[in-house]
Amino acid sequence: MNHLDSKFGDYGGMYVPELLIPALDQLEQVFIDAQKDPEFQAEFMGLLKDYAGRPTAMTLTRNLVNNPKVKLYLKREDLLHGGAHKTNQVLGQALLTKRMGKTEVIAETGAGQHGVATALACALMGLKARIYMGAKDMERQAPNVFRMRLMGAKVIPVNSGSGTLKDAVNEAMRDWSANYDTAHYLLGTAAGPHPFPTIVREFHRMIGEEIRAQIMEKEGRLPDALVACVGGGSNAIGMFADFIDAPSVRLIGVEPAGKGVHTKEHGAAIGKGTTGVLHGAYSYIMQDDDGQIEESYSVSAGLDYPAVGPQHAHLYDIGRAEYESVTDEEALNAFQLLSQKEGIIPALEPAHALAHALNMADEAADGTIIVVNLSGRGDKDLEHVRSILGDQNHD
Amino acid sequence: MINSIDRYANMFKQLDAKNEGAFVPFVMVGDPDIHTSVNIIKALVEGGADGLELGFPYSDPIADGPTIQKASIRALSNKIKIDDCFEIIRQVREAYADIPIGLLLYSNLVLKRGIEKFYQDAAKAGVDSILIADVPLREADRFIAIAKQTAIKQILIAPPNASDETFAEIGKKSQGYTYLLGRAGVTGAETAVTIPASELIDKLTQYKVAPPLLGFGISTPVQVADAIQSGAAGAISGSATVNIIAENLSQPDVMLEKLKRFVTEMKAATHK
Repeated sequence: MNHLDSKFGDYGGMYVPELLIPALDQLEQVFIDAQKDPEFQAEFMGLLKDYAGRPTAMTLTRNLVNNPKVKLYLKREDLLHGGAHKTNQVLGQALLTKRMGKTEVIAETGAGQHGVATALACALMGLKARIYMGAKDMERQAPNVFRMRLMGAKVIPVNSGSGTLKDAVNEAMRDWSANYDTAHYLLGTAAGPHPFPTIVREFHRMIGEEIRAQIMEKEGRLPDALVACVGGGSNAIGMFADFIDAPSVRLIGVEPAGKGVHTKEHGAAIGKGTTGVLHGAYSYIMQDDDGQIEESYSVSAGLDYPAVGPQHAHLYDIGRAEYESVTDEEALNAFQLLSQKEGIIPALEPAHALAHALNMADEAADGTIIVVNLSGRGDKDLEHVRSILGDQNHD
Repeated sequence: MINSIDRYANMFKQLDAKNEGAFVPFVMVGDPDIHTSVNIIKALVEGGADGLELGFPYSDPIADGPTIQKASIRALSNKIKIDDCFEIIRQVREAYADIPIGLLLYSNLVLKRGIEKFYQDAAKAGVDSILIADVPLREADRFIAIAKQTAIKQILIAPPNASDETFAEIGKKSQGYTYLLGRAGVTGAETAVTIPASELIDKLTQYKVAPPLLGFGISTPVQVADAIQSGAAGAISGSATVNIIAENLSQPDVMLEKLKRFVTEMKAATHK
């Protein structure tokens, strides 16, 4: 039986083959022990500070917001080693891997950010990493493939299904079910079977804790709204976790609307999906009337996922968090705006959050404070964006 | 409307009388299309299958290797719907009143239709049992409850790494038969079954689980004979069966003949 709650309301659970239950139970137990172990915590905190560069800055934008009486802060996870928030929880899970005495790590990656984070943590800790990546994603995120390989990880292309993140997760789970004795599955987002959503949230919750301390220091009060992009939802849940019990703070997740939520080409699992099981958890998913999983779409590989982490599904149902969506076009505009106005090139994923926050800022009352989780930097997207904007210029 | 015949109990009783184990082939319903699928399943029965294990095509089969993934893709690319699957099974049941028919599928197909409606539709089509690959014991209670109401047997999986606690719970809850996993990993003939040690079989006896059928990695008559020799009540062979379909798609008559012969050879190995 589980020691931690495996569900968030009706959502979450462990919809996996019986074969994987002992491995998930082992992981839950080692996580519980580690959370209580001061030595583990000291090592984790030490890595976050001295290796990854925590705490990350929180930057007040100077030129982006039209109304000078509305403040928009950026939580600078883009400055974290590895280029995205992903490094936080990967360091935590890599330490858990060592603690379990396992020597290999299996991971999936979409945009490549989780793969890069996994590769760097495994290089650091002497673990052998193999990373499944959709063949289509390998094309649009080629620099990250090179980064992973440079750090010694094996990158395995996945051609089944749509060749994106969902298929990479399937392949990683298949590998794990044959190799759980020696390998840990280092899942990259706050989704999947229990205990992953809880572990990933807890290993990212410093994002919100730092925001709280930083905003209290700068403003002397809590922000009015937190805005984060949501694919699986790890950067968002890490940002929200410390504020769930602070009802004055609006929590806003931004899903990818792709070419528009009225089309079939989007990834808005909460906005347009229905409830069901994908990758071991009951949540909002994109599916047809028979329950076949539909392919998601987004310009941003990291948000191109047809489900959402189960805690987000619960926060949505109980009305604690709001979920909006932003199109490719709006995200690309925000991507350029932040570059032009603030000298910061964001990843396409948080460009979605930024686009929504800018709309909010335009309509916000004087004195409003909004924080956006700038969950990653845009280096990995340069080629991809250049090809899109180049195409537009030809039009 | 609801069938109350215990086809599994009847099958095991008859096999015991003949001193045989069960051979149960698996194929994907609707692979590659409705018409061929009905003929394929009939060929398995004509070849001597004691029971049938039938998959429903699913987009994200995490417990399946490439062979069965491709079978799903073939069916889905021919636009096979769940309604078609039930219709295929109805036709098979019409032709064969006594053979136990089990479904092996994934939870989202059941949840989307609604557990109750799915089980009712299955019962109506003539299904005897349902095994959901991604519903472990910990999530199984609400499925078992509906199974009881609809006279469907909920099949549980006994993995080789299970704890005593898990075996004990399977003992309390299993009906029909127990799907004994021959090894870790996903389905596929590439990695051979590990014949269970006698301690594992002893454990199953000790906890009084429903008769164990060994599956995962069984593709030859020798493996069937070994499985039964080790104390399993029978053997299930999926990927090896599906491979015959995949290799003969362009010549359905040859495919059916080969399937029949394969089942006959595997069945012949069940004599104790």
